[in-house]
Amino acid sequence: MTETALKKTPLNRLHRELGGKMVDFGGWDMPVQYTAGVIEEHMRTRTAAGLFDVSHMGEIWVEGTDAIAFVNGLTTNNVTKLSDGQAHYSALTNDYGGVVDDLLVYRFGPEKLLLVVNAGTTDKDWEWIISHKNDADIVLTNASVDYCQIAVQGPNAVAILKPLTDVNLDEIKYYWFTTGRVDGVESIISRTGYTGEDGFEVYAAPQFAEQLWNKFLDAGKYGAEKGILPAGLAARNTLRLESGMSLYGHELADDISPLEAGLGWITKPQKGEFIGRDAITELKEQGLKRKLVGFEMIDRGIARDGFDVYVDDKKVGYVTSGSPAPFLKKNIGLAFVPTEFANIGQELKIDVRGKLLTAAVIETPFYRRKK
Amino acid sequence: MANIPENLRYSKDHEWVSVNGDVVSIGITDYAQSSLGDVVYIDLPRVGDRFGTHEAFGSVESVKAVSEIFTPVAGEIVEVNDGLNDTPEKVNSDPYGDAWFIKVKMENPGEADAMLSAVEYEEYLSSQD
Repeated sequence: MTETALKKTPLNRLHRELGGKMVDFGGWDMPVQYTAGVIEEHMRTRTAAGLFDVSHMGEIWVEGTDAIAFVNGLTTNNVTKLSDGQAHYSALTNDYGGVVDDLLVYRFGPEKLLLVVNAGTTDKDWEWIISHKNDADIVLTNASVDYCQIAVQGPNAVAILKPLTDVNLDEIKYYWFTTGRVDGVESIISRTGYTGEDGFEVYAAPQFAEQLWNKFLDAGKYGAEKGILPAGLAARNTLRLESGMSLYGHELADDISPLEAGLGWITKPQKGEFIGRDAITELKEQGLKRKLVGFEMIDRGIARDGFDVYVDDKKVGYVTSGSPAPFLKKNIGLAFVPTEFANIGQELKIDVRGKLLTAAVIETPFYRRKK
Repeated sequence: MANIPENLRYSKDHEWVSVNGDVVSIGITDYAQSSLGDVVYIDLPRVGDRFGTHEAFGSVESVKAVSEIFTPVAGEIVEVNDGLNDTPEKVNSDPYGDAWFIKVKMENPGEADAMLSAVEYEEYLSSQD
């Protein structure tokens, strides 16, 4: 009914042709799954390849002599450590050390960075970033509509992309990227993803989205028994959860510290000043009161986002993401609990619609691919 | 278009019943299973439990969502399809056959007659789009 108001990626028509079940995802009309279903899409991504439309993600260019210093002052990771052609995972933090958004920072050159941010937070991030520009010698461009983004993920990703490009894919290491032609289309080819598998994210001008998408389906033998499958948001979520990756709005939010969310590895207060650094340093010195933990259900039942977590009949925390894990074939989740209950093996009770079911804290990532 | 067998009765909560004397088998419709997606878990009551009309007697969970299932008629549970615990995917593949959930002995044997016919259920579905 309000469908016309939803934003559409350049692949919207193809999603519908492929039987995508479309849902409103943060104002975007996106496929939650296709005809194969979430389990098959998930399994195929782990065992062969999955194709994801992530064109809804936001792209922001930061260009100018102060580009690196500017982004370094807004984000937790150390931008000065990036080389040309390298990317890293990072977080935009607020004055209280909470997370405005998580993002990828790509270094194209000493005066040219690309920030790739979440779809639902693109406008908020853009406002946040321009509000801190002050007199920095940079030009900011919200280029979100200038790009489609297609992720080819899974063990077959290299083989699928290889015949379509002259770029030597084997030379692109994990979290590095290059520019080059894919099926003749000028693209950014990034060895990144959100599935826990090897794979690439390809950025190109939106008018080439359908061409590239169809090429990837063909090259991946879509329709064959072990061929590539288009995969929707539901599989994207279960894949990232099995791999222990955070989802903004769940594990990360304006009032959650990256340290609490287990993102100490991208949080570098020793690098110098950035927004939220003081709060993060203080929290680090005081010690964390709560932590994100992974758990698996011991009792039969599925924990879902927002369910309460109990220890000894006392409510101590909540589930940030909970789901069946199609590849691991168990029911897993992430939850915030007080640090004293965050040890591996800790028994938790989860309130599943009025029943307190037993779960246990286990190591994350739940799934790690064999290299 | 969803499959809607003519010989069954339907509820607006997307349950179907198959009437056999004063006992009905209850399951969820093709439309319901399709909306849920891959079913991975089913929580069912026990034989002997009694339910009124439109009471939640269990739940069906897919990877993405959980949905309560309601009794379209009042009565006592006389059989539970426990096999579904190990094969919840049958709810997707055979919603009107192997994937019945429970059998209920109706308190008011006429109650199922008041449910929607296949034609009425199909009209109801069209009105929801």
